[in-house]
Amino acid sequence: MPAGVVIVGGGQAGYQTAASLRTEGYDGPVFLIGDEPGVPYQRPPLSKAFMLGKQNPAQIQLRPESFYQSHRIELLAGERAVGIDRIARKVRLGSGAGLEYETLVLALGARNRLLTVPGATLEGVCYLRTLAEAMEVKHRLEQAQQVVVIGGGFIGLEIAASARTLGKQVTVIETLPRLMARAVAPVVSEFFLEAHRAKGVEILLSAHAREIHGGKVGGSGKVQGVSLAQGVSLKDGRRIPADLVVIGIGILPNTELAQDAGLPVANGIAASELLRTADERIFAIGDCAEHPSVFAGLQVRLESVQNAVDQGVCVARTIAGRAARYSATPWFWSDQFDIRLQMAGLPDGHDRTVIRGSPASGKFSVFYFRGEKLCAVDSVNRPLDHLAARRLIGSGITLTPAEAANESVNLKTLP
Amino acid sequence: MPEINYISYAGEKFQIDVPIGESVMEGAVRNGIDGIVAECGGSCLCATCHVYVDEAFLPLLPPMDEEQDAMLDSTACERMPNSRLSCQISVRAELEGLIVRMPETQK
Repeated sequence: MPAGVVIVGGGQAGYQTAASLRTEGYDGPVFLIGDEPGVPYQRPPLSKAFMLGKQNPAQIQLRPESFYQSHRIELLAGERAVGIDRIARKVRLGSGAGLEYETLVLALGARNRLLTVPGATLEGVCYLRTLAEAMEVKHRLEQAQQVVVIGGGFIGLEIAASARTLGKQVTVIETLPRLMARAVAPVVSEFFLEAHRAKGVEILLSAHAREIHGGKVGGSGKVQGVSLAQGVSLKDGRRIPADLVVIGIGILPNTELAQDAGLPVANGIAASELLRTADERIFAIGDCAEHPSVFAGLQVRLESVQNAVDQGVCVARTIAGRAARYSATPWFWSDQFDIRLQMAGLPDGHDRTVIRGSPASGKFSVFYFRGEKLCAVDSVNRPLDHLAARRLIGSGITLTPAEAANESVNLKTLP
Repeated sequence: MPEINYISYAGEKFQIDVPIGESVMEGAVRNGIDGIVAECGGSCLCATCHVYVDEAFLPLLPPMDEEQDAMLDSTACERMPNSRLSCQISVRAELEGLIVRMPETQK
């Protein structure tokens, strides 16, 4: 019996690889190793519907436990891969066992970038990436009144919107002069700044957290209380009271397992257009990997559901014997309050943007051009623009900036 | 709970009781039925929960909004007049016995 496929990482990419191997007809053994307990789940709702109490942990499972049995996927939950022996083709597990592979898929994901200011490890200072972390934030949010969110990216702003919706006093601290600066156009940052402020979220830009202050609570007599976060002070001397601090300052790809095994790593585990690493038996996908992108013209590492799912499907096809190059059009989304932000393509190297619709109306899109080529579109409450953009960018259809800005031009029927 | 009939591309039939208020997509996903990917988790973002709704039930469905209509243009398998995104079909008592057929692939 062949050793089969071992997938390390039980997130969206790992799950998708396992599921797609079966739908693509792969019949050998499939092992899915995840370091979190339980079955793989969706992360996007954690900061939104889950935080608001609209979805419980069972409702965000990607598939029920029975799915893994019925599809002969050996799910090793709560297990960690600690080493790869490429010569023996074995993954060493934290439990000490070794797992032989014919093909290895590294879907290692990423981890929170940690804030290193004094007080960052106090009780009441949370991150939000895993279900366990989301449960803690949700639990603390029930008691909290004043929430400080450090980081004005997607995660931070989604948490801020949820906390505000739950009636909390919310302050967002962002080091850059605008929100979501790495991901969206300035006009989109400005729109979200106004939208959050209109909902009563305090947003501090170009603001740097210097320290998280704590105070002892609980405990009496000889029993020590815990030191709980009570406020955040900024480099400019301001101090913001808080009974919950949530940090969302980005993620770092989990590349160590590959690096230790001697595989090339740059911004992520280096993978080819077939998503193969330097070892032909080892693939790397999702948040932990970088691949050559036809959309950016360079190696990119993308942090998105779309990328995780499409790369999982792509690798499953290759393993099942139908080698597939990865060329899916990147897309992303973020929901904050009742605003839907959708992004298609990659804006790297753009030299011009035009706006379709108007920010004042609450519905607009920003079209990014690199030379003559449409390379990305950010859409705010314009889902039809977003869908058209995915098609235009994916098929390389030419669109002029003037056409993009002209609402009487139907994007759906171009060219 | 209304019974929903899911028919795979290969013709296999699955009868699932889906609670009122859940979507036809959720009914499939929570029961581990293949043929529906539901990449975006039901946000009308990805067109990977495409189904063909049995003609007899089409009049019982609410009219499609323009977002779903546009999304259906990017399904992996051919769009037909009875194509719908199953995340956008909320189960109601009148949908008892609903039959949906799944396309060959969603990606």
